[in-house]
Amino acid sequence: MSHALRAAPPRTVEIKLNGRPVQAREGMTILQVCQRQGIEIPTLCWERTLTPVNACRVCVVEIKGARVLAPACARKVEEGMEIETHSERVRHSRKMVLEFLASSVDLATTPNVDRWLEEYDARPGRYGPPAPPFAEGERDRLRAGHHEIPDGTHAATVHQPPKIDNELYVRDYAKCILCYKCVEGCGSDWQNTFAISVAGRGFDARIATEFANPLPDSACVYCGNCIAVCPTGALMFKSEFDHRQAGTWDESRQTVTTTICGYCGVGCNLELHEQDNEIVKVTSPLDHPITRGNLCVKGRFGFQHVQNRGEPAVRDGNGGPPAPAQARGGDGKGA
Amino acid sequence: MDIVLHDVSPSRAEREAVDAVLGSPGSAWEGAGEPLPGDEHLARGGHAAREQRHLLLPVLHAVHARAGWISPGALNYICQRLTIPPSDAYGVATFYALFSLEPQPPVVAHVCTDVACLAGGAPELCAELEQRIGPAGGHRSNGNAIWLESPCLGLCERAPAALVTIAGEHPVEHPLAPAAANRLTAVMAGEGPPDPPAPKVPQAGGEGLRLVRRVGVVDPGSLDSYRAHGGYDALRAAFDLGPAGVLREVNDSKLLGRGGAAFPTGRKWEAVARNPRRPHYLVCNADESEPGTFKDRIILEHDPFRLIEAMTIAGFATGCEQGYLYLRGEYPLAWERLVEAITAARARGFLGEDILGSGVGFDIELRKGAGAYICGEETALFNSLEGYRGEPRNKPPFPVDSGLFGRPTVINNVETLINVPDIVVEGGLAYAQIGTESSTGTRLFCLSGRVARPGLYEVPHGTRLNELIDLAGGVAGGATLRTVLLGGAAGRFLAPEEIDVELSFESTREVGTTMGSGVVMVVDDTVDLPAILRRIAAFFRDESCGQCVPCRVGTVRQEEALARLANGRPRQSVAAELALLGEITAAMRDASICGLGQTAADAIESALTKLEVF
Repeated sequence: MSHALRAAPPRTVEIKLNGRPVQAREGMTILQVCQRQGIEIPTLCWERTLTPVNACRVCVVEIKGARVLAPACARKVEEGMEIETHSERVRHSRKMVLEFLASSVDLATTPNVDRWLEEYDARPGRYGPPAPPFAEGERDRLRAGHHEIPDGTHAATVHQPPKIDNELYVRDYAKCILCYKCVEGCGSDWQNTFAISVAGRGFDARIATEFANPLPDSACVYCGNCIAVCPTGALMFKSEFDHRQAGTWDESRQTVTTTICGYCGVGCNLELHEQDNEIVKVTSPLDHPITRGNLCVKGRFGFQHVQNRGEPAVRDGNGGPPAPAQARGGDGKGA
Repeated sequence: MDIVLHDVSPSRAEREAVDAVLGSPGSAWEGAGEPLPGDEHLARGGHAAREQRHLLLPVLHAVHARAGWISPGALNYICQRLTIPPSDAYGVATFYALFSLEPQPPVVAHVCTDVACLAGGAPELCAELEQRIGPAGGHRSNGNAIWLESPCLGLCERAPAALVTIAGEHPVEHPLAPAAANRLTAVMAGEGPPDPPAPKVPQAGGEGLRLVRRVGVVDPGSLDSYRAHGGYDALRAAFDLGPAGVLREVNDSKLLGRGGAAFPTGRKWEAVARNPRRPHYLVCNADESEPGTFKDRIILEHDPFRLIEAMTIAGFATGCEQGYLYLRGEYPLAWERLVEAITAARARGFLGEDILGSGVGFDIELRKGAGAYICGEETALFNSLEGYRGEPRNKPPFPVDSGLFGRPTVINNVETLINVPDIVVEGGLAYAQIGTESSTGTRLFCLSGRVARPGLYEVPHGTRLNELIDLAGGVAGGATLRTVLLGGAAGRFLAPEEIDVELSFESTREVGTTMGSGVVMVVDDTVDLPAILRRIAAFFRDESCGQCVPCRVGTVRQEEALARLANGRPRQSVAAELALLGEITAAMRDASICGLGQTAADAIESALTKLEVF
């Protein structure tokens, strides 16, 4: 409140968006203005709850008079700015960024990307067949400033086996576009745990713990806030991963129940994703004014007790010991 | 911040190396073995501990020089001392090519295979080393030494070049150029290196020299020798003029930054001088890594006081009391001479809290990079200095508003700064008489490749490129000139009919090229041009920081397409591959975050369009 009293009221700036005069509040990003105007700008590394790193460059727009394109997610509007969101140059850069990613990363679980690939006429196949995947751990050892000289017959990729080193979530870095979101969520933007960082350089850059240690040996607290912001499904609940591996993942059979976490008094919102009467993952709304979609390990992963079958702890009403559900004629499946 | 450390300890040597930089740990919290009195009651941390983060790179250097690699135990101890999460420090250490995070023999020969050396005997040297030691990166049977291929080492005038580093209690770094296999293996076996050769400044002692006039003339280790040749006259003149007067002269001189962007130095300085936020910082960018460039090295090895004086003047004019000098990690001799020079200047009152009794305070901290071309980008350099990964920042904000440690910062490269003493002494207007109307002053050029007398040259702006090549004796051995790489790997190749271009900012811009860092690499018809192009592509693929997609993946796709063309196996047709390269180029140029990605295709594109390589 005191901040609101001190700060000068935001001014309005007049800009031209695709030739149309638009008024915007000073300090807004181009992306925010476009979202209000109903103009779709594709984004991958942007998230409303995180500091923009403008690394993916799929949101670039053309600003009149500027030598190069600007990231809509980070560039703030200025008085008199003339912005083109779908010019030839813009469309070309977006197409190439999508091609570069689709030809080097597994985007099978990235929302919207198929639509964008089509919209921008991206043809990732033209860089040749994908190179064979890396062996487990191989990419973690690549040294900055050195690489094997390619012969061009295959397109280099980041394909590699998923890292499954704990029961809660899987890191499938074949799907990682290096958007930095998990690092930001784990680090200074939210969790301040700093279990992971970007390591290595260039195409060999990767998300890693120190010396690529397994997660149980790292600082990870399993809050899952990295999973919440991962845009490609590289970070995934183990339960979702297992279902997908088994071919039983089916979002059309899923329901989402919004509830409040009962572990403590903060009151974080939980969205329980259920399939076939089983909780398969837990999310939290990113627009929640207090928590911004962040949870702790209990809210994120502590749901097993809800669905323990066969032995629900129901007391008999007389203060006696819990009786097995079957004894009361229940089906033992809980709620 | 809750830092999770591991149950691994540094070796005694590693601990000593860290403590040599940071001092002994002040408490058990910081890694003292036994709890000290009071440790049970007092924990240190918070801002005071985190503010030491900028020491991360110096500490990593110290450990690497001592142990030959950075072990988990050493990294753990560093993190404990500096309050840095281990994953974060690991991310920083793995960013630099000179650091190994896996056990590595103490003796490493970094053999330059970059453009100038590629055309100057590097392939033969590598073949010889392969026979004697084994493949690059492989271990010799006794496990004591390896050799690695390296990007440009900045010794291009004496190609082929190598840098031998020997880790241990008394670590050594020996540059060798020209590097013969015999000599190189002898140095790797512990033999002392040859004396550093005289600087290759063929014009030395001639008329009209300004920036290099003291090179080879003064004793670089002697402040008195520097003063006897007019040194520190400019600082006294600056004190007489006052900060506003210095700014006026620099503005009048129309000095443009020599880093490539050609930004007016006076405007940059004024913006910082006027900024009410304090402190202000001055940063000298000596991370000279552009392939084919060696001008900073020669200046710093042979006239280090000139830069120190220039930085002092700049600090005085812009209200900076602290300067940082960021030297690339591959210049051990320049490092040594700068350490000596800064120490001498401090001892004699030319640096410190009260310079020459004027009440002006200014000091310089010397830092070195660790093998990352991108750290020559100004905002990446700030991140590197602060102890983060050398990734460029988003601009705006610009350094004059928010630079090093988020403060108003003047950042200039070596060549820009060393112009300042003359401007202050003779006046900006007199300086502006040299060169052309909009490109004032002289310019340093690094001639390498197939030229008769390679070396560092200084000519006024407006000199024609062919005149410069003639000054260096023309094409070596009377061969036919095929092209010139002007400006380095981020520059452009010129068609033979373009080599009469006038060397000024405006004329080079007009013909769609750039002087860049002053590289003039002469290519005759015996040079394998496709190999040079592939080396440039490999260079950018290695040196991309990896932050943005257009550069991270674009440099890979560019290298792959060039490989297909060079191997005569285009995917559809040569024309289709060239068109694809054109599309990659456009996206990298338009959508990359920083200048590296934006120019990573320039040289290759210019060769493909002008020289009919494929």
